[in-house]
Amino acid sequence: MFEQVSTSENGELVINVGPQHPATHGVLHLLITLNGETVTKLEPNLGYIHRSIEKMCESLSYRQFIYTTSRMDYLSSHINNHACALTVESALQIEIPERAEYIRVIMSELTRMASHQLWWGAMAMDLGALSPFFYAFRERESINDIMEETCGARLTMNYFVPGGVMYDLHPNFVAKVKEFIVFFKSKIDEYDELLTGNIIFQNRMKNIGIISKEDAISYGCTGPTARGSGVSCDIRKIYPYSIYQKLDFDEVIEHGCDSFSRYQVRMKEMRQSLKIIEQLIDNIPKGEFQAKTKAVLKLPKGEFYTRVETARGELGVYIVSEGGTSPYRIKFRSPGFSNLSALEHMVKGHKIGDLVAIMGTLDLVIPDIDR
Amino acid sequence: MDVKITPPSEPFPGTVHPTDGGGVLVSSLDEVINWARSNSLWPLVFGTSCCAIEMMSTAAAKYDFSRFGFEVARATPRQADVIIIAGTIVNKMAPVLKRLFDQMPDPKYVIAMGACATSGGPFFYNTYSVVKGADHIIPVDVYVAGCPPRPEALLHALITLQEKIKSGLTRDQIRGEMKAHGN
Amino acid sequence: MGTEELIQSIQSMFPDASINMGNNFPELVIEKDSLLSVLNQLKSEPTLAFDYLFCETCVDWKSHLTMVYHLDSTRFRHNLVIKTNLDAQAPEIESACHLYRTAELHEREIFDLFGVKFLNHPHLRRILLTDDWKGHPLRKDYDDPINMIKL
Repeated sequence: MFEQVSTSENGELVINVGPQHPATHGVLHLLITLNGETVTKLEPNLGYIHRSIEKMCESLSYRQFIYTTSRMDYLSSHINNHACALTVESALQIEIPERAEYIRVIMSELTRMASHQLWWGAMAMDLGALSPFFYAFRERESINDIMEETCGARLTMNYFVPGGVMYDLHPNFVAKVKEFIVFFKSKIDEYDELLTGNIIFQNRMKNIGIISKEDAISYGCTGPTARGSGVSCDIRKIYPYSIYQKLDFDEVIEHGCDSFSRYQVRMKEMRQSLKIIEQLIDNIPKGEFQAKTKAVLKLPKGEFYTRVETARGELGVYIVSEGGTSPYRIKFRSPGFSNLSALEHMVKGHKIGDLVAIMGTLDLVIPDIDR
Repeated sequence: MDVKITPPSEPFPGTVHPTDGGGVLVSSLDEVINWARSNSLWPLVFGTSCCAIEMMSTAAAKYDFSRFGFEVARATPRQADVIIIAGTIVNKMAPVLKRLFDQMPDPKYVIAMGACATSGGPFFYNTYSVVKGADHIIPVDVYVAGCPPRPEALLHALITLQEKIKSGLTRDQIRGEMKAHGN
Repeated sequence: MGTEELIQSIQSMFPDASINMGNNFPELVIEKDSLLSVLNQLKSEPTLAFDYLFCETCVDWKSHLTMVYHLDSTRFRHNLVIKTNLDAQAPEIESACHLYRTAELHEREIFDLFGVKFLNHPHLRRILLTDDWKGHPLRKDYDDPINMIKL
């Protein structure tokens, strides 16, 4: 373990933030070198929730390993499961029914909204505003209720399986989602009224945590973090999977490169998700919700890679198969891991108080980073 | 509006003997202390993974654990009475958890929330870095099943802990009694 | 540029290396000593512009290790996988973090879990496990009878 506070050779102060700290929401440990109040160096120390998921998956079958991924980035668990299911399906060339595709996309977008809601509440809490947390969780509960009816769980669903989805939709699903769309539209406006225009909030966000387009690409940033710097990186648009190419939605890109741009991207993404769900909810096709698959799945020998867009950015699932019932090697390219590597670049030269605000806009989920 | 006031389920321990100009209350000091203690438990927020989100849900508007006196969630161990271990504990985190527990003032209580904190849960087999249950590191008072548990389950755990405290003895008192009896 | 064209132009750039189409992306197999020059050319060549390293990992094949680099071009949106084999006993390779900053953390992770030594890496240390951890867990020969309960 590290000493709590130490001084480096040239009189700079080295302090530890985390792993147990009110501002890191998670178990992230940062070693920060300070000159006065200005951050001169920042080094992440990970692994406080490294659960060896990649090693575990090497002994799990292709049906079983999906459950570990819902615990990786638990805020977008449906999308993680989607990535795994897509990898297995593409390797085995399973055609999945259209009904399942529709259900998957609706679920994914609901998850994305729930994740952004939580981010919005938690980030405001980082800045010292407690009310948004309660606002965000109030709306999040209605998404949780919808999920629970159909998937049977509130957070770690494991609802997507190779070949489709596990159960059919609950009879109330369509009505409830429609109700939610109407309800949530007014709530996003409320979010904007409550926080976005606030002058104190804007002063803490604008021109803070700058990362240029070139740096964002070089650091491998994805998701809203990169799109706030003008990088087009929405996998749903550039390498469309599932039925995303049929849908009408915009890739949200902001060019401010600062914390406020990243904030704006996520706020606008919630509206885009609503737009996607609106297009789908009335025309869910009838039919099967799961394709017929073999009881034991064996992937052919080879390597398979799938990229999907989670709420935090690009998730890659890389499976090396030797032809057996479980992967020979599996690698999850998690969005948070790369986004975190850009944190030092963003924070350098800012005051330590801004560190928390910048970290909030990256939307880090630590189990996703550590895996 | 018709407002109904329900009496508290656990009234103040002791009996009141009415006298002129007020009353005399007879109770034992231990009971009063335990009663006070159980109704104001301040949790230490120790969320490592998925269960932390359900813990946040429990704190938020719909479930609202402040109804039972838990609202003052603290991030520092020095101001906390009960540590809610919400999430997996890995080998690298274990010394941190031990240190946090040591830094909490007595009396202190521990709730292991979810399958990971109880036994390693889904990460029990074939993992090289997961501690198979938080009770390998610190003593646990209440275990909550689920992956992750619903907010109602956490509320139930918190109320169970209150009952445990009201019932009388703290862990140290039990240990002291055992020593006194030569065990 | 279509995938066929991409494969041809890369083959003409590196006549010694072998390139073929994998399940998802074209795969280029190179010698480990030529890694930096290959990456440099792929990044600076204006018709290719592979400026985004989206995944870097390692696979343990018992007899040898294979480093796998997944490259993407944010301008042209084409992908390429680069593979290079390393010795299992003393794996060593040049670090790519001066070309792609994202490689810094990825390489620390690979060093931690596979024990691959990256030359000229600014601070190669364990990142996920504690500093005194013995062995590299994602190697196939890793065994930990105390912590690992086998099923």
